[in-house]
Amino acid sequence: MRLHSSSVAERGRDLLRLPLKTNRDVVAARQAVARELKARGARPIRVTRFATAVSEIARNTVLHGGGGSFAVFLDPASGYLMVECRDAGEGIADLDRAMTDGYSTGGSMGRGLGGAKRLADRFEIETGPGKGTRVILGARL
Amino acid sequence: MSGVAAINLVENALLVSIQDDVTDTDIIELQDTLSQRIALEENIRGVVLDISALEIVDTFVGRVIAQLAGIARLLDAQTFVVGMRPAVAVTLVELGMYLPESRTALSLTHALAQLKRG
Ligand SMILES: Nc1ncnc2c1ncn2[C@@H]1O[C@H](COP(=O)(O)OP(=O)(O)O)[C@@H](O)[C@H]1O
Ligand SMILES: [Mg+2]
Repeated sequence: MRLHSSSVAERGRDLLRLPLKTNRDVVAARQAVARELKARGARPIRVTRFATAVSEIARNTVLHGGGGSFAVFLDPASGYLMVECRDAGEGIADLDRAMTDGYSTGGSMGRGLGGAKRLADRFEIETGPGKGTRVILGARL
Repeated sequence: MSGVAAINLVENALLVSIQDDVTDTDIIELQDTLSQRIALEENIRGVVLDISALEIVDTFVGRVIAQLAGIARLLDAQTFVVGMRPAVAVTLVELGMYLPESRTALSLTHALAQLKRG
């Protein structure tokens, strides 16, 4: 298991938990996050950036991870709104490569992981072959 | 098809509004439907995609729009994307996404006027 960035956020109470199995779940997840951000007064640009990051990561959970789950919570230390997407799929063997823009094993854009990292205020990933994938995204409020 | 409003033929263009709850499946279906109509119906010179309802355009939706524009162009029709929110434009740039074959217009009126001019 490799940690791509600093420590994984200490977990506050979940505000929301949803399954991530289908295309429709991906839409529900990113819309839920947009609602939570707006309810906390986030500006449109921040809502769009973060919801886009969530859409990319949630789609990966469904498409590459074989489905999983989605949770929204507040990080008590930073006050950030946090999102976790996790799956028990095959995991990512070469994370540096997967993070590179343009690299895809699915014949798609290969810009989801790198893009999400740029768009979110916090980005953490735990993955490894046979270990599933867990991505945490954070938005400053 | 959910996620997408009805397709309307206005003058020589197919007009579609994409809704915010559009799924990957919906957008692929829309790409198929529009490509077929451009190929089969005479005199269709343009496709106008109204994305003003979209709060996000991610790499998947961006790629499908770009591909649709490429297909339309091969079939001698132009694609206009209208109503892109500023936040969406900023985010697309950060994702490194470009919509090369499509033209953007600020409004439907502008898009139709440009199509008329050819
Ligand atoms: N949840 C996941 N489980 C397994 N592999 C993943 C997961 N997320 C991403 N990947 C791998 O990382 C690659 C890059 O992901 P991404 O940047 O989102 O591009 P894309 O989804 O277009 O392929 C994917 O092609 C896939 O091989
Ligand atoms: Mg992806």
